[in-house]
Amino acid sequence: MSFDVAAVRRQFPILSEIIDGRPVHYLDNGASAQTPLAVIDAVRHYETTSRANVLRGVHRLAERATEAYENARAEVAKFLGVQPLEVIFTGGCTAAINLVAYSYGSLLKPGDRILLSELEHHSNIVPWQLLRARSGIEIDMIPVTEDGRIDLNELPRLLTSKTKLVSLAHVSNVTGALLDIRTVVTAAKAVGAKVMLDGAQRAPHGPLDLPSLGIDFYAFAGHKAYGPNGIGVLWGKPELLDAMPPFMGGGSMIGRVTFAETTWAPSPRRFEAGTPAIGPAIGLGAACTWMQALDWTAAHDHEMGLVQRLMDGLQKVDGTRLFGPASLQNRYPVVSFTLDGVHPHDVAQTLDSFGVAVRAGHHCAQPLMDRFDLDGTTRVSMAPYNDNTDIDALLAGVAHAARTLR
Amino acid sequence: MNDQLYQDRIVALAKAKTGAGKLDAPTRSARRDNPLCGDRVTMDIKLDGQGRITEIAHQVRGCLLCQASAAALSAVAVGRDAAGISDIRHDAERAIGREAGDPREPFTAFAPVAAHKSRQECVLLPFEALKDALS
Ligand SMILES: Cc1ncc(COP(=O)(O)O)c(C=O)c1O
Repeated sequence: MSFDVAAVRRQFPILSEIIDGRPVHYLDNGASAQTPLAVIDAVRHYETTSRANVLRGVHRLAERATEAYENARAEVAKFLGVQPLEVIFTGGCTAAINLVAYSYGSLLKPGDRILLSELEHHSNIVPWQLLRARSGIEIDMIPVTEDGRIDLNELPRLLTSKTKLVSLAHVSNVTGALLDIRTVVTAAKAVGAKVMLDGAQRAPHGPLDLPSLGIDFYAFAGHKAYGPNGIGVLWGKPELLDAMPPFMGGGSMIGRVTFAETTWAPSPRRFEAGTPAIGPAIGLGAACTWMQALDWTAAHDHEMGLVQRLMDGLQKVDGTRLFGPASLQNRYPVVSFTLDGVHPHDVAQTLDSFGVAVRAGHHCAQPLMDRFDLDGTTRVSMAPYNDNTDIDALLAGVAHAARTLR
Repeated sequence: MNDQLYQDRIVALAKAKTGAGKLDAPTRSARRDNPLCGDRVTMDIKLDGQGRITEIAHQVRGCLLCQASAAALSAVAVGRDAAGISDIRHDAERAIGREAGDPREPFTAFAPVAAHKSRQECVLLPFEALKDALS
């Protein structure tokens, strides 16, 4: 394989940290990925050479800051295959979904329906429940198959002429399953419904071409995509964004304010009230550029090779159960498992003593846990900088937990 | 292995499962959830005329620390009233370093949890459930 994992690792300073005499085996990328020097440098460059507010000043630092901020928007747009003015910076993926639920949601009428799935992250469930409480919409749910995929055979039954929006995870944060977007979009368009994808777990695995997908909204988080915290992105089709009212009011989002009436700025500014997270946006722009430079065909093969090594190794430990697709097709490097007789938190804690960072619990997907009658799972989520030593350390830790804790 | 948290005594307490199960016709019962990790403890108790525990049983859907703590608590709860239970809670708090002083047995087993702040609630959850059952 041509993928040079050592060269990728060198770009991530934290991967050479030693904690209690052990290297860090970071396999909790689905919660938050690590960040490369290119991002750290871009943020530092802004803070040390261009720090000022954006859009409001005439002085040179303000001009530099504005240029860097808008340049970051263009870098994100390139990563998504869209136009810069279609990219809205938000506080995160959760904030992006809430923006749509609030703003697009305010255009919906009682009795209109939103279609979600059983495997959604709470951030793609709760905003719709809040909308339901505000405006009397209804929520439908697509069930999940035994192998952890959204069961699209159920789409015809669940899509109605009342369905206005289908909002689904592009990749599951628990099972790693990739959504069959074409099937969803075709069925949704047939009843006139819009489609939003929660891309939190897909964006960290390479550039996208959103216009070719036929979707209407896309959301993702900066910190899971090698960028800073406190920043996320909403992309929307311009004609939809133009018809949507503001989510928050404040500076920068107005046309003209009088006490009688205020007009709104066009998108994206309409949705970016107040001073934005300028440094984090610049960092996310750098992260998108960093991702664009990677060979993702090789990186994906590398990641899925790690998934195979992990699944093979886990199956050798007595009492492990894997959740999610058994095949490596149409999936991304997120693997959830349980170990009979050992609670997921005890697995994760044992792994920590082996220097291995994973996530345990319900992964903010309690309906999915209920579907499989689980309290939680241990989740391994990978990035291109992970290597065989990470997987082998994890397998040693799981074997130790199996030996000592039951 | 450098597995400091799960020392033999904690694992042994959890495996002993002292008091694990349900009571027929408990005087009181209470359930507590930890919303952060999803752990859930249900405590059943029978009380005498003075409000002292005569029988106790617990169900834990949670981690080993929570199971070990519920077992340790069940082992020493009989004969105590609400004040007596809050008295032994101090032993658990001392063991995990939240209060000064030396804990009494069997709570010394929980000393390794002092270094793991994020897991301390796991030890205290059975106490919370029992407090609810007693109040
Ligand atoms: C699928 C999915 N959606 C949404 C989110 C929410 O992201 P954030 O908390 O960064 O807003 C996450 C993060 O855990 C996720 O995995």
